[in-house]
Amino acid sequence: MPFRGSLTSRDQVAVYEFGWPAIIFIPLVAVLIQIFILGKIPFLAAINLPFMVTIFFAVARRNPISGCLTGCAIGLIQDLFAGPHHPLGMYGIALTIIGYSASSLGLKIDVENPGSRFIITYIFFVAHQGIYYGVAHGLLGQVQQWSWSHVAVSALANAVIGIFVFKFLDRFKQR
Amino acid sequence: MDTFLGRYKNLIVLAAILFIQIIALAVQVHRPTQGGDTRLLRLWAISAVTPVETAVVHTQKWVNAIWKNYVYLRGVRRENRELRAEIDRMKVEDARYAEDARMARRVQALLAFKEQYVDTTVAAQVIGTSGSEQSRILYLDKGLNDGIKQDMAVITPAGIVGKIVQVFPDSSQVLPINDQFSGVGAALKSSRLQGILRGSSNGVTTLQYVMSDEKVEPGEEVITSGGDRIFPKGLPVGKVVSVEPGKDLFLNIRVVPSARLDQVEEVLVVTKITEKMPDSKDLGPRRASDILAERLPTVPAKPEVDAAGKPKTGAPSGTASGATPTTGTAATAARSGAAATSAANKPATGSSTAAASKTNGSATATHGTPTSATTAGSGGAAKAPKPAAADGTRPAGTVAKPLNGTGTATAPHANTSAPVSGPSPANRPATGNETTPPSKRSKPAPEQTPNPNPQPPSPPHNGEQPPQ
Repeated sequence: MPFRGSLTSRDQVAVYEFGWPAIIFIPLVAVLIQIFILGKIPFLAAINLPFMVTIFFAVARRNPISGCLTGCAIGLIQDLFAGPHHPLGMYGIALTIIGYSASSLGLKIDVENPGSRFIITYIFFVAHQGIYYGVAHGLLGQVQQWSWSHVAVSALANAVIGIFVFKFLDRFKQR
Repeated sequence: MDTFLGRYKNLIVLAAILFIQIIALAVQVHRPTQGGDTRLLRLWAISAVTPVETAVVHTQKWVNAIWKNYVYLRGVRRENRELRAEIDRMKVEDARYAEDARMARRVQALLAFKEQYVDTTVAAQVIGTSGSEQSRILYLDKGLNDGIKQDMAVITPAGIVGKIVQVFPDSSQVLPINDQFSGVGAALKSSRLQGILRGSSNGVTTLQYVMSDEKVEPGEEVITSGGDRIFPKGLPVGKVVSVEPGKDLFLNIRVVPSARLDQVEEVLVVTKITEKMPDSKDLGPRRASDILAERLPTVPAKPEVDAAGKPKTGAPSGTASGATPTTGTAATAARSGAAATSAANKPATGSSTAAASKTNGSATATHGTPTSATTAGSGGAAKAPKPAAADGTRPAGTVAKPLNGTGTATAPHANTSAPVSGPSPANRPATGNETTPPSKRSKPAPEQTPNPNPQPPSPPHNGEQPPQ
């Protein structure tokens, strides 16, 4: 598919591949760290590691289909541990859309430098929260509270930490 | 067609994946899991992950224990000294509370109240969370194999944590009280107003369904009411931090949980709650006032009258003689409202004396003339200035004026009902720290007008009020 309208050079839109162990274990470890470590530390509870991994894979592989499949898989794993009042698919839907959007965006802009990573993580985190809210409130009729300030601060925290997480995950990239 | 599919392939795949998930959501909402039924996928996922996490958490705990117990012992001596001082202070407090508890149990026994006791608990470790802000589920390292079942209460010494919502073979899920799907029967400790404690999606807990015309102050303690049949009554829940008028005539009472729900590590799962009558036998001899209180709620028997309308000879007259033997007469006198007199008729040995010998002070009914009721305590005497009731028809509870447990009320005349206190404040154990100034101690009991037609006091509506 020709990349018309791309804002990046051909070199910058290089598609990266990952080994199967990385594809399987990185999302899994991210979800487990989220559940068993980050969730137990109050000030880190706002950090969403599976979300960051979804974005990382999506923008690195630059394939919308694999992006939405990766997001769907990670979201569903996250749903599995979210408790009986949390139907399977809430995070799945949110991360599917995020994965698709991130990979589509990755086709058009440079997502390799920390600045752009910060911005896309920030924007997509707000979008993720919005989609989740829409699913919970609109589809399931759950009472959800939306706080712009909380979402903004959480997005900022995720964007900052995302820079370091992406830097670490870059090691698993294969050309 | 091929061009269309090729061109919109990505969007079609996205729509298909979303569609499948939305259908799956709809199916789950249509058929919610009930009564411990767990989605198989969840069971597999959690069963696969739990052993690893349990091992990790226990290893971490072991390393922490080695560090804290063998390596990092700085300041332990000082802390030990402080703790010993605190133990000494608490021993004194304990003596006070023990006496209060005994009295409460006696009253509960008299009122035939069933008490709920936390019988058996299982200690469990929190090994994980849901990992999202939207769901506050906690994971415990104990499950079905350890006797955990659905809807069991999860508590810490500081306060309640939540209830078990799903059980797996070696782990279980706890729904904390600040989760938006949680609801706990709770009551305000001092005012006893009851409501439902609910969580929210942002983790704020509020006490709902308290009418807006009630007075609720910030700082008031909230305890479990037992109404949800999950948490035993009286466990600490939290404290009121703010009170605002809510919608629909109810107050919006924000409560901060006593247990640190975001930092909870070890919890107790209440696996068995015993409901039994409080046993007052082991609480020492019964006092005259307790016996009186037992009889107070009964309806007085009408005295038999002859054709002329005069009481028959031998029928209970309501007047009790101080020198009359106890049996029979005492009961009769109590029924006719002369409860205090009946106590005075009882020999002042055994229960009464034993009660008086306690340092915390209680009433002693002295047999003989003049009939007197003495509250033993730290000293001081309050003379009742007038005969209490010449005909012995005054209910004891109405006579006994709080004497702070330190005074002596004496009825100067024989054949009068002395104000022997029931489980009234006069009978309240005088605490070690309670000191009553002499001026207060000598305050005479106020004059009471004898009631010619005594009515027994109505039985209490609930367990909060001891019989007067």
